[in-house]
Amino acid sequence: MAQQTGETAGPKAGENHQRAAAIGDLRHVVLLVATRKGAWLYHGDAAREQWRVDGPHFLGHIISHLVLDPRDGRTLLAAAKTGHLGPTIFRSTDLGRSWSEARRPPAFAPAPDGNQALAGRSVDHTFWLTPGHADETDVWYAGTSPQGLFRSEDGGVSWAPFSCINDDPQYRQWMGSAQDGTPDGPKLHSIIVDPRDAAHLYLAMSGGGVHESVDCGQTFRPLLDQLQVVEGFDRNDATFHDPHCVRLCPSNPDRLYQQNHCGIYRLDRPSEQWLNIGKNMPPAVGDVGFPMVVHPRDADTAWVLPMDGTSVWPRTSPDGKPAVYVTRDGGSRWQRLDAGLPASQAWWTVKRQAMTADGLEPVGLYFGTTSGELWMSDNDGQQWQCIARHLPEIYAVEAALLA
Amino acid sequence: MNVLIPSALRSYTEHGEVEASGTTLAAVLDDLDRRHPGIRFRMIDEQQGIRPHIRFFFDGEQLRELSQPLRSGGELIIVQALSGG
Repeated sequence: MAQQTGETAGPKAGENHQRAAAIGDLRHVVLLVATRKGAWLYHGDAAREQWRVDGPHFLGHIISHLVLDPRDGRTLLAAAKTGHLGPTIFRSTDLGRSWSEARRPPAFAPAPDGNQALAGRSVDHTFWLTPGHADETDVWYAGTSPQGLFRSEDGGVSWAPFSCINDDPQYRQWMGSAQDGTPDGPKLHSIIVDPRDAAHLYLAMSGGGVHESVDCGQTFRPLLDQLQVVEGFDRNDATFHDPHCVRLCPSNPDRLYQQNHCGIYRLDRPSEQWLNIGKNMPPAVGDVGFPMVVHPRDADTAWVLPMDGTSVWPRTSPDGKPAVYVTRDGGSRWQRLDAGLPASQAWWTVKRQAMTADGLEPVGLYFGTTSGELWMSDNDGQQWQCIARHLPEIYAVEAALLA
Repeated sequence: MNVLIPSALRSYTEHGEVEASGTTLAAVLDDLDRRHPGIRFRMIDEQQGIRPHIRFFFDGEQLRELSQPLRSGGELIIVQALSGG
């Protein structure tokens, strides 16, 4: 299915390559781009200047997420469905040269007989994939629409419902119905495994709020204190909470950042009170958006990409002028980063899984737009360049480092 | 019986027409899944509902229930209603 066209992109040469060579870091970035009509891999050179495209994979399939297993550097999982067929997961153990289908894709348990209150649900699509803890080789987690949590213990070949929440009456109430969810279905996302403790998990639901487990999913409980909800709704009810994206800082696993329907937040554990750091954004731009990106080595640095969430929620860049905003002090101040981005009349935006950072120095940032453009910065967001155009609507972008 | 496979499912069967047996739609689909693993779940969800956009016809008549009996010698046609954009 994979094909290689050998196309490259990237205008400048020399500087970064010398820098990479100077520090002896010859790892290269592969971007995993999931779209509404297939998946593409973009292999960067060591300097992140030239990008070789590999794809399309699964042309015409809706790919919600494409993730590389950081534990082996070669296993890819792709969450797929088509307009006609049910959802499944494809798996490659050779970086996409060949694919096989999961033997048992995520599927909810049958409804208990006679229990009308908890009608059986069916997975519409797997939305989110998270590799398990480094010590739990072959464990993966999946979040679905409608909201469900699933786990695989064999590298993504077979999946089973995980934890009580899929059929817990309280959680089912918090999940609401399709009527409460995002336009293409309510979702469970932002599944986070604490790098220090495989039993410590976070997850988020749109809608349904942010939740934590300290017993490897046997129980979960909400983490909602100080989060805003849409005016008129009860903030004590998890149903009305809509976290868009939650990220844990690799350099300080006690710190979480969150882009929410109602602002940007930071949480420093063991505190359970989210701090509103979106109020420090320029009012004309606002604090609504979907992606949340954290720095691989500096827990005070994070990036967001604001979206127009006023009036009817246009879900475009505010005023047609896209920009990334960075904080370097944990959210007290934000700086606009738009050098190289269109100055006006650009009405795309970026979905919650479609912006990410690599682990290199300086940090590379990447995002994919609803209009099918792939953008990158090889210097912390100071300068942006477009490395691919004319792709289908981009749903997810992940950056993996290959040796 | 002969089963006609729509293009979206031919990655499982490799052919547009395949053989499967059973006395109900459910049994034929089970047999089809034994021969072509994974194909059933793309058409039938985990609550045993026929997925949207999937239609089954047996000798010209639409089947709406998995339990529907099928007589031997007929032909099952699986149709994908076009959707999306």
